[in-house]
Amino acid sequence: MSPLNIKKGSTSHSAYDLRDPYADVSEAHTLAVIVDNEAGVLARVIGLFSGRGYNIDSLTVAEVDHTGHLSRITIVTHGTPQVITQIKALLARMVPVRAVHDLTEAGPSVQRELALFKVAGKGEHRIEALRLAEIFRAHVVDSTLESFVFEMTGTPEKIDSFAELMRPLGLREIARTGVAALSRGA
Amino acid sequence: MTQTMTGAQMVVKALRDQGVEVVFGYPGGAVLPIYDEIFQQNDIRHILVRHEQGAIHMAEGYARSTGKVGVALVTSGPGATNAVTGLVDALMDSIPLVVLTGQVPTFMIGTDGFQEADTVGITRPCTKMNWLVKDTAKLSETIHLAFHVAKSGRPGPVLIDIPKDVQFADADYVAKEKIKVSHYQPKLKGDIDQITRLVEMIETAERPILYTGGGVINSGPAASQLLRELAEATGFPVTSTLMGLGAYPASGKNWLGMLGMHGLYEANLAMHGCDLMINIGARFDDRITGRVKDFSPNSKKAHIDIDASSINKVVHVDVPILGDVGHVLEDLLRIWKSRGRKVNKAGLAAWWKQINDWRAVKCLTYKPSTTTIKPQYALERLEALTKGMDRYITTEVGQHQMWAAQFLGFEAPNRWMTSGGLGTMGYGLPASIGVQIAHPEALVINVAGEASWLMNMQEMGTAMQFRAPVKQFILNNERLGMVRQWQELLHGERYSQSWSESLPDFVKLAEAFGCKGIQCKDPKDLDDAIMEMIRYDGPVIFDCLVEKHENCFPMIPSGKPHNEMLLGDADTQGVIGAKGAVLV
Ligand SMILES: Cc1cc2nc3c(=O)[nH]c(=O)nc-3n(C[C@H](O)[C@H](O)[C@H](O)COP(=O)(O)OP(=O)(O)OC[C@H]3O[C@@H](n4cnc5c(N)ncnc54)[C@H](O)[C@@H]3O)c2cc1C
Ligand SMILES: Cc1ncc(C[n+]2csc(CCOP(=O)(O)OP(=O)(O)O)c2C)c(N)n1
Ligand SMILES: [Mg+2]
Repeated sequence: MSPLNIKKGSTSHSAYDLRDPYADVSEAHTLAVIVDNEAGVLARVIGLFSGRGYNIDSLTVAEVDHTGHLSRITIVTHGTPQVITQIKALLARMVPVRAVHDLTEAGPSVQRELALFKVAGKGEHRIEALRLAEIFRAHVVDSTLESFVFEMTGTPEKIDSFAELMRPLGLREIARTGVAALSRGA
Repeated sequence: MTQTMTGAQMVVKALRDQGVEVVFGYPGGAVLPIYDEIFQQNDIRHILVRHEQGAIHMAEGYARSTGKVGVALVTSGPGATNAVTGLVDALMDSIPLVVLTGQVPTFMIGTDGFQEADTVGITRPCTKMNWLVKDTAKLSETIHLAFHVAKSGRPGPVLIDIPKDVQFADADYVAKEKIKVSHYQPKLKGDIDQITRLVEMIETAERPILYTGGGVINSGPAASQLLRELAEATGFPVTSTLMGLGAYPASGKNWLGMLGMHGLYEANLAMHGCDLMINIGARFDDRITGRVKDFSPNSKKAHIDIDASSINKVVHVDVPILGDVGHVLEDLLRIWKSRGRKVNKAGLAAWWKQINDWRAVKCLTYKPSTTTIKPQYALERLEALTKGMDRYITTEVGQHQMWAAQFLGFEAPNRWMTSGGLGTMGYGLPASIGVQIAHPEALVINVAGEASWLMNMQEMGTAMQFRAPVKQFILNNERLGMVRQWQELLHGERYSQSWSESLPDFVKLAEAFGCKGIQCKDPKDLDDAIMEMIRYDGPVIFDCLVEKHENCFPMIPSGKPHNEMLLGDADTQGVIGAKGAVLV
């Protein structure tokens, strides 16, 4: 199989997309890029985006196969269908890139992000923060008399809404990992 | 049996095992161990350049004229940074190169050591792939992989950065045959269903055109042969980009000449009016498409390209065929023949009639002169006097380059070396030396502009030292002619900084280098002067004083469609709007 992962007979396979290439509607796509975990590979991938003016909305990377030294880079990007097609083709032609999966195009996928929130406050605010955290299934991973650190996993949207709710309750800092994603099914 | 050796020895052995005969290079502290090994052997010839940019362009000329990988060797820091322009040039024009750079020892990397530069960082976007090798045990393997990557798929330059301690350390040599097969294996065969779709279109098209490009040259001589067969068998007209000249012979009856911004009227109008465009190894460059929205509005388009990212990048195509030109054309011809070799004869006859009407416009006509040498005339004479010779042409960048593309005819691939994508002034002289090193007996001519030529003129020393009898045919208009032309047409004739002032006396300069200088300014003397240049056994600098204000036509102004072409000075009044002026 080519590194583009073109399935035989598929009509929506990347380089041959039949949608109107001139449509200027911007679409968000989540790409999983499997790369050789070697020096400079992340710089190479990021350099492609910055050098050609493409967008990176989120990026995560870690080695997922320690024996084969393969890393999985998950990139959330947006652009016109033509730009998305270009991005995939440009990634796929890189020597250290083993595969490019377009999770958005491949069907439903699971997307998760981990976030840590530091919320400082006393009295009512503190109680309200705890109550909301419970509703959102955020865990307390650190607490002092004046603050909590909540940990939460979820979709980026869920993390965004929790952050909105925490803001008036004393939100001080957020750390987010960026999206990790897998397609559903076997 | 494993062989243990130093990294420096490995470099030389790996190059030899890859069949490398020539390395273009320049020494320095960080590559001294490798130079020491080069000194102690005779298989690989080292051409000492005068500037690292020259080394890369020489390697490019060598590669493009032979189809082999060009090799260059430079030192760390300034050696590597001087090579950058050449790397980007090769990347844009898909030229296979392996460039070796020295680096400070691994333990000094990151300390701002003497002549340290982040070479892999700087050249990452300038190469197809690059590597910093920190372990001698990985060195031979990396070099073999580098050759594989440089020449596979869409060719391009690769770079290996080798710290000095890695050159000194010992490790086992890994033979070419022993390295594990790289997963990087671009697909050569095209999809048969898509090829069959294209065959169906070929059978019925009324107004087809073959739009060929550098990819045909990249694919190798067999691809050019198949292209010729396809054109002859179908009777389809052929045009080519600047990069593909020679794939189809200029004397072939289906030849329309180059297309694009300075392409021929018949070629551009045929592209505009066709109903089937078959792009064979070209990349819809902006010099070709003009305003994309109006580009060949009524045609179905097929595109054969080995690089998926070239397909649908600029122009949407109806039949994408991912694969190597040679492989795809072979299948295409086989399928077309097996289906009965059908074409739309009536349609084609009318199409050719239309094309011949366009040809009758004679778009390359210029106003002749008996007193000054017109640049077009100089090239017509050069063409006539060198026709049939074993000839290779390189160029610099500018008007002279476009005139060379228009007025010289190429009968075979790999005979025309020019900087297309990057448009690097200073390319032609070193490239001509690289070509001559590869073809010592051939006539190698660099068609140059005086301004471009000065950018790498130090390489005349290289030509002298290595007895490369390159002919530098300088069309001297004492102007940055191409810039001047744009200023005339786009910037209200305000000729800002486009004069070539304080030019050297080229004849004396030739003497200073120890080669021959010829100056010619009278059209009557031109033939004799050109013959003198050709006959001279050694490098020649030919200062051809030409008309200073000649414009290069046809020209499709930036931001205009193909059918709004300027044919001559009379057409140029107020044609380019503010929007067009923004485009390059
Ligand atoms: C001053 C100036 C003016 C210019 N004006 C013009 C002009 O008027 N007309 C013009 O044509 N150009 C002009 N150019 C050159 C122009 O900028 C481009 O360099 C050129 O048009 C690109 O040629 P190409 O499309 O053949 O692509 P190339 O750059 O040669 O690219 C080759 C294409 O083929 C593909 N390929 C490579 N190997 C294979 C293979 N084995 N099989 C299949 N596909 C393969 C590659 O992926 C790529 O898409 C000008 C340049 C300068 C400097
Ligand atoms: C390195 C570099 N710098 C600047 C340019 C922009 N440029 C394109 S053509 C040209 C003028 C070239 O003059 P000359 O070599 O005399 O050729 P002419 O156009 O006069 O034939 C310039 C400055 C370029 N292509 N390359
Ligand atoms: Mg000039």
